[in-house]
Amino acid sequence: MHSPGKGHHDAAPVLKPKDAKSTLKRLWWYLSEHKSRLLLVFLLVTVTAVLTLLGPYLIGKAIDDYIIPRDFSGLFRLLLAMATIYALLSLSTWLQSRTMVNVAQVTIRNLRKDAFDKLETLPISFFDSRSRGDTMSRLTNDIDLINNALSSSLTQVFSSVVILLGTIAMMLWLSPLLTAISMITVPIMLVTTNAVSKRTRRYFSEQQKVLGILNGFAEENISGQKVVKAFVREAKEIERFETTNKELKNVGIKAQIYSGIMGPLMNVLNNIGFAIVALAGGWLAVQQVITVGTIAIFINYTRQFTRPLNELANQINIIQSAIASAERLFAIMDELPEPPDPPDAIELTNAQGDIEFQRVSFAYKPDEMVLEDISFHAYPGQTIALVGPTGAGKTSIINLLTRFYDPSSGSIFIDGYDIQKITRNSLRSSLGIVLQDTYLFSESVKENIRYGRLDATDEEVKAAARMANAEQFILSLPKGYDTVLSEDGGDLSQGQRQLLAIARAILADPAILILDEATSSVDTRTEQHIQEAMFKLMKGRTSFVIAHRLSTIRQADVILVINKGRIIEQGNHMQLLEQRGFYYNLYTSQFAHLPPEAETYETPTGAQL
Amino acid sequence: MEKLLSYLKPYWKPTLLAPILMLIEVICDLAQPTLLASIVDNGVAKGNLPYILSTGMLMLGIALIGMTGGMGCSIASSIASQNFGASLRSDVFRKIQSFSPFNIDRFQTSSLVNRLTNDITQLQMLVLMSLRIMVRAPLLFIGGIIMAISLNARLTLILAVSIPLLMVVLYYTMKRSMPLFVLMQQKLDRVNAVIRENLYGIRVVKAFVRAKHEKKRFATVNDELMHTTLRAFSLIITMMPTVMLIMNLSIVAVLWFGGWDINRGSMEVGKIIAFVNYITQILFSLMMIGGILLFISRASASVKRVNEVLDTEIDIKSVDKPDFTPLSSGEVAFENVSFGYGGDKNQLVLKGINFHASSGETIAILGATGSGKSTLVNLIPRFYDVTDGRVMVDKRDVRSIDLATLRSGIGIVPQDTILFSGTIKDNIRWGKEGATEEEIIEAAKIAQAHEFIMGFPEGYDTQLGQRGVNLSGGQKQRIAIARAIIKKPPILILDDSTSAVDVVTEQWIQKGLKQFMEGSTIFIIAQRISSVMDADKILVLNEGRIEAEGNHEELLKSSPLYQEIYSSQFGEGVTIDA
Repeated sequence: MHSPGKGHHDAAPVLKPKDAKSTLKRLWWYLSEHKSRLLLVFLLVTVTAVLTLLGPYLIGKAIDDYIIPRDFSGLFRLLLAMATIYALLSLSTWLQSRTMVNVAQVTIRNLRKDAFDKLETLPISFFDSRSRGDTMSRLTNDIDLINNALSSSLTQVFSSVVILLGTIAMMLWLSPLLTAISMITVPIMLVTTNAVSKRTRRYFSEQQKVLGILNGFAEENISGQKVVKAFVREAKEIERFETTNKELKNVGIKAQIYSGIMGPLMNVLNNIGFAIVALAGGWLAVQQVITVGTIAIFINYTRQFTRPLNELANQINIIQSAIASAERLFAIMDELPEPPDPPDAIELTNAQGDIEFQRVSFAYKPDEMVLEDISFHAYPGQTIALVGPTGAGKTSIINLLTRFYDPSSGSIFIDGYDIQKITRNSLRSSLGIVLQDTYLFSESVKENIRYGRLDATDEEVKAAARMANAEQFILSLPKGYDTVLSEDGGDLSQGQRQLLAIARAILADPAILILDEATSSVDTRTEQHIQEAMFKLMKGRTSFVIAHRLSTIRQADVILVINKGRIIEQGNHMQLLEQRGFYYNLYTSQFAHLPPEAETYETPTGAQL
Repeated sequence: MEKLLSYLKPYWKPTLLAPILMLIEVICDLAQPTLLASIVDNGVAKGNLPYILSTGMLMLGIALIGMTGGMGCSIASSIASQNFGASLRSDVFRKIQSFSPFNIDRFQTSSLVNRLTNDITQLQMLVLMSLRIMVRAPLLFIGGIIMAISLNARLTLILAVSIPLLMVVLYYTMKRSMPLFVLMQQKLDRVNAVIRENLYGIRVVKAFVRAKHEKKRFATVNDELMHTTLRAFSLIITMMPTVMLIMNLSIVAVLWFGGWDINRGSMEVGKIIAFVNYITQILFSLMMIGGILLFISRASASVKRVNEVLDTEIDIKSVDKPDFTPLSSGEVAFENVSFGYGGDKNQLVLKGINFHASSGETIAILGATGSGKSTLVNLIPRFYDVTDGRVMVDKRDVRSIDLATLRSGIGIVPQDTILFSGTIKDNIRWGKEGATEEEIIEAAKIAQAHEFIMGFPEGYDTQLGQRGVNLSGGQKQRIAIARAIIKKPPILILDDSTSAVDVVTEQWIQKGLKQFMEGSTIFIIAQRISSVMDADKILVLNEGRIEAEGNHEELLKSSPLYQEIYSSQFGEGVTIDA
């Protein structure tokens, strides 16, 4: 069905592909799986086109050969044949679109699947360095555009070409003279279509741009409404909005006018063709060069002539932008995945948690060292606190341990094995990670905890939640464990999300723990809940904690003080204080104003440690 | 719908002109087949060349008139629809600017943005199409039928069979496919959600080695989408050939019965050709109507969503004759204030709050998350209105003061720091229109922001936002403080606004504020006791009530809750982070 919004869509800005040939080759690789079905489609398209061409011819024949000579039994036979042909036409059209839609949807499904599967193999550096919105858009919007082109454009282009050629052939066969005359409008049509659609494209792409600006402005304004109100900026903001709004209106009017006059323009050329054929045909008929039936046929053919021409122009735009989209999609599929595990890589099972960094250096960008010459040894069961200012390199140490990134030089050992020689999956399975910015999925609470161990029973999930002090708030949710979380767990507080992440880690039961403590915006009571749960989890496991709380830092076996990518001090709390170095300064600068007793104050929770 | 249609009123000229011009085009289109028929019947059959020539020229002339009508219609309808869209957008945006935070919370930002852009674009499109196709299709339909009847009324009876048949096909397809398309959209949303989750949660996926699980999850939703799409498409795919068949069979019927009429002498050959042409037009126009109906039903959702915004009752606005006297002393008093969201008396967030802040005092508010601290300060600039009691500023009820006047007298640094795209300078200048460079730098210095700002290559002209630099949380907070203090308002509210700033810097900020904001009343909400120790008065909030009130020394002696918070923080909760 012709969708009403189509005119708008067709005129979307067209991005020209850079290397169309190789992109088409790859697309063909996906399509070639359905070679026989595609062949069938093209056969059917040809059949459909021929039958479409036959229709007008038979109408003329009916008039000339049967109606005018009044041969009704002949007319009956011809009409019967026509009815059969029309039925066949509909049948082949249906078969053709059905087969093509099937091919297109399966292909799109495969493309989407391959792109997603590829995504899962890409290294963290890909996700860290690329705009996620852009990647998202490649996997959704760009695939949509490819989908459009595959579903309809491919067959339409083919059928347009066949109909066009067929029409010209039929017309030439019927009357070369009348054909030549009726072709007068074609060059005019080509020139005007080109001129108009060029402007349409330009204004539509400008419109999309301004709409994007307006969208961004509105987003910022509405999400910052409180500040707008606080500073009484409403009038000023409306003024700014109006400027963009007006711009949008003006460019919108232009875009709509140009895309709108295309119809009447085609219509008038059509009607002029109609008039020319009538005029010339009538004259030729009087001269007995052609018959009345031929005029009737010709009229129908001139109609059929403009439609595929128009269609071709539109479809080529769609196909062009689809190729550009495919190019963007394939660019992601060409990204380098995480390097494969070496063939002799070992499976890490029952890890003890003995971890050693040997002269490890690391840089995200070649000339900006983030970690330099990091060496330390953590023995099984120890708690290691990483302390230091923001940007010192604490998170980078964690990134190396999990092999989200690999060091530039130096080595890391777990239980005496170089982690480069351990399979990534078994390494990560031995690690439990609780990040400050907890990511949750829009699934039920239960499933989110079960993410730690997929085969865990409901009972085990609940036990883990209890241990994490999370059950109380879970039960207060509308559907308890079955409550489905909104996107990224947005309806939970940061503290609650962290409790769920701890429960998830408890369920995974890893040998080595990596924790990133929350900072200030959690209230004291929730904070205590989180801390209690964390301490339970840490018991008996080697734990790395990016620590902010004094209590955590104090009970750590080893504190690594990190500054500017180096370990500058190392030891436990008392040792470091005695050194009177960086840690001592950090510590006293923050507690200098406190009464002396505060420093040694022990809380009931502290005593439990 | 009527309400939205009133937005077309100012543009009634192009709105009215468009259908009239369209009418011209349609009449011209309808005339062509009849003229052709007369060329065949009067010109060709009788060998009358001058007649053929004159009629042919007439056809050309009519085609040109038709074009003028068509182009005019498209210009008029573009002007009408885009102006309609722009003024509707403008009104919706203005309405949103008058929303209270409570109004906005109910809609959510992304939904409001969608309504403002996508939904209005849909409506604009609907107006445009209505002025073009909605006029054209029925006119072609009716005109075609009239012309067909005038050619041969008996033959038109064929349409009495095919039109109802077509309508049934259209109706059935639409009815069946609509829910499938909705379902398809939902499945597509699911696919996109899984992709989104894997982009943002990739660390969790990798840390738990769940790539295989995620691939399986994606394969499931992906397959579901494919199957739903195929089901939805299969209906549309079937409709087109069916409609074509009905149309073509009608033509066959016309040829048969028309042939008999010619035999009887009641019809001429040329008219059969014309008749076939009209039938094609009539049936095409029906399909256009079907398409438009499909679009209208989708757009009706947009109508509803836009109307919801326009019809929202603003719950906070100035009274009829507000007090325009600017704030001066900054004295604040809460008199027996209770508050529940949406005026809900059963779930009070604040209960019986009484306190008095004299001009120039610093008031700190302490308490657990959810104890009502932010809500309390939000009542002063009337982000929310009290459910009971009164909030007094300068000895006047805040509700009697003009909203803009009230808020102009209050500087606020909200809990979640919001900066806008633009330069750092622009952002600080938000606080005071036309502030000089010196004033901006002074405010930034007090907020301890000057140094890091100067560290950027472009200093105060550094761009923030999407294409600019990313500031750390602490840096953002400091710019927000500079923005709030630049005009030295009589009242300053700092809502947990130094949480990401280290303790040393925080103390510098507080020291600077004391001097700079001399005479202003300052409210500080904080989690850290160290941030509130120097306040003239500390309010300890617990479950919506003021549990204790006094300065640091007094509270340390008298309030068990304060003692508990104090000891928990200095025992273990202090952050040691630079």
